[in-house]
Amino acid sequence: MQHDISEADIYQWLSVVTDPEVPVLTILDLGIVRNVAVSKNEAGEKEATITITPTYSGCPAMDVIAINIRMALLSRGIKHVIIENQLSPAWTTDWMSEEGKRKLQEYGIVPPRRRSENKLGLFEEDIVNCPRCGSAETLLVSQFGATSCKALYKCNSCHEPFEHFKCH
Amino acid sequence: MIESNQLVNKATSQLSYTLQIADNALIMGHRLSEWCGHGPILEQDIALTNIALDHLGQARSLYQYAAEQFNALPAAEKEKFFVSPALQSIIATGKAMDEDDMAYLRDGWDFRNVLLVEQPNKDWAYTVVRSLCYDAFNFFFYTALQKSNDETLAAIAEKSLKEVTYHLRWSSEWAIRLGDGTEESNKRIKEAVTDRWQYTGELYTMNATDKAMQEAGIGTNLDDIKAKWQERINAVMSEAGLDIPSTGWMQHGGKEGRHTEHLGYILAELQFMQRAYPNMEW
Repeated sequence: MQHDISEADIYQWLSVVTDPEVPVLTILDLGIVRNVAVSKNEAGEKEATITITPTYSGCPAMDVIAINIRMALLSRGIKHVIIENQLSPAWTTDWMSEEGKRKLQEYGIVPPRRRSENKLGLFEEDIVNCPRCGSAETLLVSQFGATSCKALYKCNSCHEPFEHFKCH
Repeated sequence: MIESNQLVNKATSQLSYTLQIADNALIMGHRLSEWCGHGPILEQDIALTNIALDHLGQARSLYQYAAEQFNALPAAEKEKFFVSPALQSIIATGKAMDEDDMAYLRDGWDFRNVLLVEQPNKDWAYTVVRSLCYDAFNFFFYTALQKSNDETLAAIAEKSLKEVTYHLRWSSEWAIRLGDGTEESNKRIKEAVTDRWQYTGELYTMNATDKAMQEAGIGTNLDDIKAKWQERINAVMSEAGLDIPSTGWMQHGGKEGRHTEHLGYILAELQFMQRAYPNMEW
């Protein structure tokens, strides 16, 4: 029973932890898990160190995510979890998985498409197609939406409002 | 002995420097958060709340670092560093300081933010002008701070810069919209520029802390920031059809803890819960 836990096991277990504000995305889809390390503490008990990076400095989801990581690992018998916060290199939507982008699109949030190194990408000059009717006739209403990571758009064809996960 | 004194001086300057940046972020964020539920339209209410949250997040990272720096100071320096009685009583117990102590238990004279950020929101034009002046500074400041040889400050700068880029675009667009808008919006933003201008000089005036940190390779040269700031402000103002006020007297004092009366009211609201119910949590 007491087989050694590998880093791959931890990644597997983290794949059920989701972003509380965009629940279709797991923290692995988001690309905020930067490192996983398994060790033994002084008492010889299993210990996992999870390094995460915030999407935005003030993102309130980060505290909830940290709690959910602890709970997920605790349910697998790992009582000692160290969560380290790493700011540099700063998170970018380039780290979001293709699977995550597909899930976002299905959920009705237009995923980030460009690579963020492109200055234009950061500023949403691109055409953002409506996730409902596919029209390219859309309008940026505000760069700031219901959460830090999303911008507000409106479709001029079907007249529905929608959100776009900003390139960052 | 001389060498160890120098190390202590550097450590206290470095802490002051971190607090200058952190206090700007906290007070600016708090001012913008006052618009929550009062924005002229829903989208702009949400925009300001988002921006306020970015500032607050940056303040948290900086206060965590400031607390860490403070806790590493020699005991004698700890006693001298803050004058606030609430902090003095924590120091006397020997308990380690944390980010919340920094935000909630310091009095006005221990705050090092520039006077600009504590100025009241007044109206939309005043809010936009304050944001434009501060965001333009912040953008070039964080760009330069990414090269700091203090790795923590450099990392915070790298993270914050992405957010500040959005802030600067927001405030630049609004300044142009108001300046180039109606007769009324033009009149309002002109008044705001004239009134707020006197608080902009402090942003790029080097004090002893700024100089010491620049020499140590930690801080940035604010003269360089000033040139870039002026270029950016000139471009936005010209697009907005606004004149740059002929520079007269510039207000100073915030970085040294001498504030306008506005800061006291901000702190009274911001700190009330922790002062009335110490250590309470949501």
